[in-house]
Amino acid sequence: MVTYCLAVTDDDHVFKALADPTRRFLLDLLFQRDGRTLKELESGLEMTRFGVMKHLRILENAGLVVTRRSGREKLHYLNAVPIRMIHDRWIDKYREREVSALLALKADLEKKDEPE
Amino acid sequence: MTDKAANTQVYRIVIKASAQAIWDAITKPEWTERYAYEGRVKYDLKPGGKYHHEASPDMKAVGLPEVVVVGEVLESDPPRKLVQTWHPLFTPEMIAEPPSRLTYEIVEGSGVCTVTIIHDVTGAPLVGGMVKGGGDPAKGGGGWPWVLSDLKSLLETGKRM
Repeated sequence: MVTYCLAVTDDDHVFKALADPTRRFLLDLLFQRDGRTLKELESGLEMTRFGVMKHLRILENAGLVVTRRSGREKLHYLNAVPIRMIHDRWIDKYREREVSALLALKADLEKKDEPE
Repeated sequence: MTDKAANTQVYRIVIKASAQAIWDAITKPEWTERYAYEGRVKYDLKPGGKYHHEASPDMKAVGLPEVVVVGEVLESDPPRKLVQTWHPLFTPEMIAEPPSRLTYEIVEGSGVCTVTIIHDVTGAPLVGGMVKGGGDPAKGGGGWPWVLSDLKSLLETGKRM
């Protein structure tokens, strides 16, 4: 039961973090160029430093952003692992079903084309 | 910002296993042949020690060489930290790139471990593109995100994804 709750919570954090355009924009910025400082990230947004920090903290809690210290700077990196896990858990499964449904439809239609 | 930061990729996963189990899964051939791209590794776990990753039977079947990645151990602190060079030999273009620098960090705490991969691919854009993943794992496009989630699956459930 505990394991089940933990798993749900992990996915919840990721989906919640992704359900915001500013946070998706921040991930896109890191996708284009990884390892950025807060200063660089906030220059791409019309938002206060505090607002950007809040979004980054949500992304970090969801595991989508990992920070590393480099001298005096704190660098932000995109962590694609939770996205891969969501892809494997939620997207691959339904895509397979969709493909097999289409294949069944195709077989069905082609059978009807054949003369009786 | 430095180019080094932009040319460094960071991946992190939380695995419910001991640090020793994770260390073994990374450094022992009987484990590496059981997940991700499979194939057996050989590590001489001391600074200056050699590392290589043998091709899996599937890789050999598509004509890849016997050894697909080579490198040198730079730092070994079992079961917490491993730093090494990592030079894949998949294509002549990749062989021409300089060796990349790969760090594994394992931090244990309250029944789980946080595993972080820091991969500095400065000067090696082909290697950087490959390990980033985002493609089809069956065609070699899984990258570190897929390798780490398969490792998690194996250690937590005994089964692959």
